[in-house]
Amino acid sequence: MLSYIARRLAIAIPTLILVSIFVFVLQKLLPGDPALVLAGEERDPQMLEFIREKYRLNDPIIYQYVYWMKAMLQGDLGVSLRTNQPVLELIGDKLPVTIQLATMAMIIAFVIGIPTGILSAVKKGTAIDYIANIVALSGLSIPNFWLGIMLILLVSVNLGWLPASGYESPFVDLGRSLKTMIMPAFVLGTALAATLMRHTRSAMLGVLKADYVRTARAKGLNETIVIIKHAFRNALLPIVTLSALLFGELLAGAVLTEQIFTIPGFGKLIVDAVFTRDYAVVQGVVMCTAAGFILMNLIADVLYFLLNPRMRASL
Amino acid sequence: MTTSIDLNAPETDGVRLESRAWKKLKSNKSALVGCIIVTFFALLAILAPLLPIADPIATSWSAVRKAPSAAHWLGTDEIGRDILSRMIWGAQASLMAGVVSVFIAVLVGVPFGLISGYFGGWVDQAISRVADALLATPFLILAIALAAFLGPSLSNAMIAIGLSAMPIFVRLTRGQVLSVKTEDYVEGARAIGLTDFAIISRYILPNVFAPVLVQATLTVATAIIAEASLSFLGLGQQAPSPSWGSMLNVAKNFMTQAPWMAWWPGAAIFLVVLGFNLLGDGLRDALDPREG
Amino acid sequence: MRKKLLAALLLSASTIITPALAADLRIGLQEDPDVLDPDQSRTFVGRIVYASLCDKLVDITPDLELIPQLATGWSWSDDGLTLTMDLREGATFHDGTPFDAEAVKANIDRSQNMPESRRKSEVKSIESVSVTGPLQVQFKLKNPDATLLAQFADRSGMMLSPTATAAVGTDFGAAPVCSGPFKFVERIQQDRIVLEKFAEYWNADAIHFDKVTFLPIPDTTVRLANVRSGDLDMLERLAATDAASVKADANLQYEEAVSLGYQGITVNVNNGPKGDNPFGNDAKIRQAFSLSLDRDAINQVVFEGAFAPGNQPFPPTSPWYDKDYPIEARDVEKAKALLKEAGYDSLDVEVQVANNPVQTQMMQVVQSMAAEAGFNVKLKSMEFASLLADQSAGEYQASQVGWSGRVDPDGNIHQFMTCKGGINDSKVCIPEVDKLLDEARVSTDNAVRKAKYDEARAILIKELPIIYLYHPTWIWTLSSKLEGFTPYPDGMIRLENVKLK
Repeated sequence: MLSYIARRLAIAIPTLILVSIFVFVLQKLLPGDPALVLAGEERDPQMLEFIREKYRLNDPIIYQYVYWMKAMLQGDLGVSLRTNQPVLELIGDKLPVTIQLATMAMIIAFVIGIPTGILSAVKKGTAIDYIANIVALSGLSIPNFWLGIMLILLVSVNLGWLPASGYESPFVDLGRSLKTMIMPAFVLGTALAATLMRHTRSAMLGVLKADYVRTARAKGLNETIVIIKHAFRNALLPIVTLSALLFGELLAGAVLTEQIFTIPGFGKLIVDAVFTRDYAVVQGVVMCTAAGFILMNLIADVLYFLLNPRMRASL
Repeated sequence: MTTSIDLNAPETDGVRLESRAWKKLKSNKSALVGCIIVTFFALLAILAPLLPIADPIATSWSAVRKAPSAAHWLGTDEIGRDILSRMIWGAQASLMAGVVSVFIAVLVGVPFGLISGYFGGWVDQAISRVADALLATPFLILAIALAAFLGPSLSNAMIAIGLSAMPIFVRLTRGQVLSVKTEDYVEGARAIGLTDFAIISRYILPNVFAPVLVQATLTVATAIIAEASLSFLGLGQQAPSPSWGSMLNVAKNFMTQAPWMAWWPGAAIFLVVLGFNLLGDGLRDALDPREG
Repeated sequence: MRKKLLAALLLSASTIITPALAADLRIGLQEDPDVLDPDQSRTFVGRIVYASLCDKLVDITPDLELIPQLATGWSWSDDGLTLTMDLREGATFHDGTPFDAEAVKANIDRSQNMPESRRKSEVKSIESVSVTGPLQVQFKLKNPDATLLAQFADRSGMMLSPTATAAVGTDFGAAPVCSGPFKFVERIQQDRIVLEKFAEYWNADAIHFDKVTFLPIPDTTVRLANVRSGDLDMLERLAATDAASVKADANLQYEEAVSLGYQGITVNVNNGPKGDNPFGNDAKIRQAFSLSLDRDAINQVVFEGAFAPGNQPFPPTSPWYDKDYPIEARDVEKAKALLKEAGYDSLDVEVQVANNPVQTQMMQVVQSMAAEAGFNVKLKSMEFASLLADQSAGEYQASQVGWSGRVDPDGNIHQFMTCKGGINDSKVCIPEVDKLLDEARVSTDNAVRKAKYDEARAILIKELPIIYLYHPTWIWTLSSKLEGFTPYPDGMIRLENVKLK
């Protein structure tokens, strides 16, 4: 097991290095001179030169990459060109927000997706199954940003039930924190619920055919108990691994949702940084989300390994 | 000649799978619905120049942001253009973006996947790591950066989305190749000295076709949303040409005064994406050899 | 001892009896400010925060008169080379450092010499600062500079605690220490900036809030929804298209002021090879273009009439506006004739525009108006960062950009229209204009300055290196619970005398 994890981590390193090269090259290719953005409206030539020197924008790109890598390995991600704030500190500010949003979205997805998935598998071929499937596909097909706009319009502007934007830490004011997060979490959650529902359904269908479920039924056990205790427990494996993967994607996948609900998380940070050519922030945050993504992939695989009785037996 | 019969086996298999799949697809109601939706929008897009609708870029200062009426069935936009007409022309942009970007993704991704899976070794390692890295870089961020780099336009958005979606096809193809590489007929083909190119194109590619088709259909759905997202951020279709995403980008500023500007493009994106998802699902069920 | 106790009791009692003080104010901003260091900062929105955080040497009235703030009085020497300023007694910085002449000297030194300073060009006319008394400073200038006082009414005049700047240097922005009515508490990027009342503020009686929170909320509809729901008390830069609904809402107040800035189309006249085209070479064609536009209609269609149409760097309401050249009415026939005179029936013009919906909408209106006079306008939509780069490199034919505006007229024209102007992206170069604008800079007599600007206008209105279109109006929306707000043309939010009803 440990050697498996070690091997996976070893593969992750070249992947991360490649990510770093992509990100670096890509944004160096971006048109627009960050010095012009940073120098202010007056664009004093002396200032332009100073900024180019300070951020080494005049150096060959390979040198710039090496400087950045070297600093990063020492735990220094640089400072935001826009606000002078250390990127590491920024990530520390934004990560909890994004994790809270992702967690709430996952909870909503579980609450909606898993029961409907089970129901649809148990009632396979009936109208319920059919409707559940259509609803799930609809959840997948609604553009997040449109759903977000429509919800703001309906819930905040017309009905005035929830704040239209903003963020409050749950440690400061839990009620307000939940109130500001519930709509964006719902927007993200609906799409995830659809994916979860479909996977739950197919996993359940597989399990329901299995011998031990038939045995349990034959023993005359209550059908609900059979479904929950015998079938669902065994169908849980792919759901858990899938959830880890989805969570990994959420770390940077809420870009537009965060933008629309003005949530100060990773997604908003990156997009704003791309548009203001805040190189250090783009690099730092993308590295961070990529590492998170790879980590969640690894966790998914490890969970699969640990939860799968057959694979455990082979250990 | 026994070998040649053996070699032909997978092809007849393919034909049989195809006709069976077609039958299954036809009996799948949701796939049919998906097919109808997609065809409807495709027809709109193709026939846009022939339909008796207003000029999608003709402005009218006296009809700015008017609610739906007999003259303008879906209302008018921020500079008095007919929204119905812009919706219909916008279908072109959205469908093109979806299909072309997936075409790019397939065109680039499948060959790399084939090479990676077939040859293995360091080539495989290199291609797989690059695909992994691309997958680990957030899709929309990659697309945003690419679109910003190439400059905001519809065709550049398509390239950006295509390249961002490419690694999915590399992985899929590679996995598929690995699973058929060790089959007897491939071994046989190698034994009689066929070139790698011939083996790939004759025996491996046909096996890759079905899953790629399914994935491509589903990715068109994702790509349409991606195009809308990029346009929503101002990086896709440019004024005055319409696309649903850029219409939404403008509409969000008039949410309270002219909500109809946001209703229709959003609903259209939803429908067309649903159509492709239904169709993709149906194809998957039909082409899945496991479920007889 | 007893007296002290009594005083303490009275003091605590008095804080109890004044519940009006226990008030928080939440203000919605359109953008997230950049670094909160007046010497390093470069965004308009940052200045809105400074208006509560950092006092300046001088301030302006809504009519753009200069009035005392940290300086209580000033006088010019006859040769215009020495400015003597008397400073306010009893002003302190938020860290307790007293405000005095030494602090002013240290601040000017920082603006001039810190490598990261974006203020260098604003204070470059200052040769030296001498401390002539504990509360008096003298600025010796290299050359007469009429614009200096107006600079002191903005970021260059903001006084930072010399103790803090000496201690943290360029990191000042992480926890700015000034002498304004509010002191810095915390900032979370893209989320909020929190300030609290500074009890020792010299004008503390005029301040009626304990805490001010600035929240960047870029989406205008969302910003307005937040004021409507009571999550915000005030917002800046309401979309003009929302004005009608705000005016109709009894729970909201609508305030506006025509800004000091402008929006226009900058034409590449001589900035590299791309300026060598009919549109850049022939002023007649630019005149035709300008004539083809109905500026009132643009204002009506895009801004519901809330903005101010314009044809000069100063809005028609400004004392610097040249009334001899009012906005010409649209005349398509005359435009066509001018174009014909220049040798064209129709002409392709590529205009780059920032890819935000409002500017794009505005340019589409321009596009369709100009089309009627024979201009085939192609809009090149670009991200702002790219647009800026191409514009300064001369990689453009025409570009739709604006200027946030300055208190002194010089700031709206000199750097754009002089041959060596720092932001002269059209690279227009007319020696006569250079001379006039340089002369307007040095005179401290406004009548003389106005005459020079008018003379330059007579030339520039024909050359049209920038085709001015309109002047945005700053629009604030306030909850009806508030009173005492005064709109200023510089777009700042001054919280003196603003209070809950």
